[in-house]
Amino acid sequence: MDALSLIGMVSVITAGLTIAIGSIGPALGEARAVARALSAIAQQPDESATITRTLFVGLAMIESTAIYCFVVAMILIFANPFWDAATAAAGG
Amino acid sequence: MTISPDGIVLFEWGAFRLTATVAFTWLVMFLLAVGCRLVTRGLSTGTRLSRWQNLLEVLVTSIQEQIRQVSHQDPGDYLPFVGTLFLFIATANLLNVVPGYMAPTGSLSTTTALAICVFIAVPLYGVIQEGPLAYLSHYVKPSWLMLPFNIIGEISRTIALAVRLYGNIMSGTVLVAILLSLTPYFFPVVMQLLGLLTGMIQAYIFAVLAMVYIASATSAHERTAGDDTTEQGA
Repeated sequence: MDALSLIGMVSVITAGLTIAIGSIGPALGEARAVARALSAIAQQPDESATITRTLFVGLAMIESTAIYCFVVAMILIFANPFWDAATAAAGG
Repeated sequence: MTISPDGIVLFEWGAFRLTATVAFTWLVMFLLAVGCRLVTRGLSTGTRLSRWQNLLEVLVTSIQEQIRQVSHQDPGDYLPFVGTLFLFIATANLLNVVPGYMAPTGSLSTTTALAICVFIAVPLYGVIQEGPLAYLSHYVKPSWLMLPFNIIGEISRTIALAVRLYGNIMSGTVLVAILLSLTPYFFPVVMQLLGLLTGMIQAYIFAVLAMVYIASATSAHERTAGDDTTEQGA
């Protein structure tokens, strides 16, 4: 197997693994955060504005770990520097 | 497939290159500036308002209220900066309903520029409010050992701010592009709607996080003092 197809294969597999493993943690974290926020709103409906705002900001920060994984996966598929270098070397 | 408007070059002249990102940023800036100028030209203090003045007043007062709730401070100094961040990102994301438009926030360059604005504004507000020495002393609290971690935290949260906005907007674009090739007509529209919602939430979060960072640089003493009094009161 030549270098080009090896790079392509490893990139695609790694991209899939990145988003698969990287979304497990944020999913569990967001589920816990939403569950706790819902029970907090159920106990104190008057504070729902504050709780919702804090929840959104917290969710965004938890979610950003998944977004990092997504960005890495996208880079591996669409803007892979090793792939570009290998195709430039093969073409030139 | 273009995953960011950076890849579309509209115009090239020597070293100068006009990408779609810059063009759409100018479009958003133009809309905001000219729109607000047209509305604020004929402001009235009476009971008869134009509907556009009403809209702007609702926007400004709700941003003020949010800033007051997040920072526990008077919103006067922060309103121009945080409000501009929110309005720019929200407009840039909402214009996605226009066909042919690509949100400039879907490019890492734009979001990095916005995050660097926050990165500079945080020490600026801190120094103006507390003086240079009092602000810099935040970095060596609770002890000298924490100095490198505080600096790393400052930089990493700037990167996080940029990548979060970029990743969310770009993921919406890529998702719609992939779905268009798999299940055209109906389903991409639903995801586009979800993208609009995400765009608004991300604009809100960007502004709130900028506000939280600025507030943590300016009011660390005031807030601990406030907490103490409430505990004594309870």
